[in-house]
Amino acid sequence: MSYTRRSKDELAARVARDIPEGATVNLGIGQPTLVANHIPATREVLLHSENGILGMGPAPAKGLEDYDLINAGKQPVTLLSGGAFFHHADSFAMMRGGHLDICVLGAFQVSATGDLANWHTGEPEAIPAVGGAMDLAIGAKQTWVMMDLLTKQGQSKLVQTCSYPLTGIGCVKRVYTDLATLACTPQGLVAIDMVEGLSLEALSGLIGLPLRTA
Amino acid sequence: MINKFVSSVAEAVADTPDGATVMIEGLIAQGASDLTVVNNNAGNAEHGLAALLKAGRVRKIICSFPRQADSYVFDGLYRSGQVELELVPQGNLAERIRAAGAGIGGFFTPTGYGTELAKHADGSPKETREIGGRMYVYETPIHADLALIKAERGDRWGNLTYRKAARNFGPIMAMAARKTVATVHEQVALGALDPETVVTPGIFVQAVVRVDRVATQAGGIKP
Repeated sequence: MSYTRRSKDELAARVARDIPEGATVNLGIGQPTLVANHIPATREVLLHSENGILGMGPAPAKGLEDYDLINAGKQPVTLLSGGAFFHHADSFAMMRGGHLDICVLGAFQVSATGDLANWHTGEPEAIPAVGGAMDLAIGAKQTWVMMDLLTKQGQSKLVQTCSYPLTGIGCVKRVYTDLATLACTPQGLVAIDMVEGLSLEALSGLIGLPLRTA
Repeated sequence: MINKFVSSVAEAVADTPDGATVMIEGLIAQGASDLTVVNNNAGNAEHGLAALLKAGRVRKIICSFPRQADSYVFDGLYRSGQVELELVPQGNLAERIRAAGAGIGGFFTPTGYGTELAKHADGSPKETREIGGRMYVYETPIHADLALIKAERGDRWGNLTYRKAARNFGPIMAMAARKTVATVHEQVALGALDPETVVTPGIFVQAVVRVDRVATQAGGIKP
């Protein structure tokens, strides 16, 4: 049977579906920021930004940008009524202290037991940069990863053991990909859902690891 | 009379010695070199911190995210071994600065445990400890000789308020430095700041310099 990959927006919508009313959420720079567009307006979700915002709103209209109000990716944003500002030490206390419900991050690799590698390829020419990734990964109550399942070369980014330098150990709870949603557990991967037409056996073959179903 | 109002940043930072550790948000327009700079990034294009780097006045950068689309000055110096980098997870950076300001001799954090960043520059592992069934890494405070921070309003005692998300590292850097120079957009009279809303009390600030605001339509500041 044939199957179609989730588009970036479909993947963002799939992640958004699992974010409950009342959650405090940090969306990582890049693809995870798309998730905000798919949270229904009727659902009260508080978005956190590392640089010191809780209750972050969408981008302002053109011409209304305020560069004292930017997100961690340095893009102009807005503040919802009820939102708050705070300094960096408090912002990271929100993560490390376990006050943040969910963070959504991109990844180079995730291991079956939830190790995360997303900050450095380890190549000698690469400039290493970590930002808040390590704090988010181990600090949020739930760390979710959003990524394509396969690299451009067709290798699975879900692996038995990460070969890239680690961001955190055993910290990823769920992985949302263009082909399937999976849970990382101490006992290995659990398939939560797959795109239509993709069987559990075929998914397991793509990943190269055994899968269980919930 | 206590009067921390200073007419220019240049005057406020004139006594910065060579070899100083500087927590920086803006341009440092005097001549000290062999500096250690503490910042979240490593400079953009060729202004501010990048200009300082380009002039060869920085020996070491302590930051979390040096890699930017336009961080080419740092990238070149780093690749050719002309600047030392201490890469620190952003929350550890904030907490190490906070610890310095609060007189704490370091702390155990779960962030970075089991990663390359839980090692010293010589590759030896940092001290770790199991606390309540979880593993933690010992991190030390980061003190500075000078902090350059951006605030919104300040009075002559050095009390500061900030504007929106520009609060950033300002309050904790102000506490961690021997000398803190704050730029503000308004110098106000004593009593004009509601004491309930003062974010940085004047004890942490040694100089308050007024700089012009480049307004956007929304009243923000252009980069």
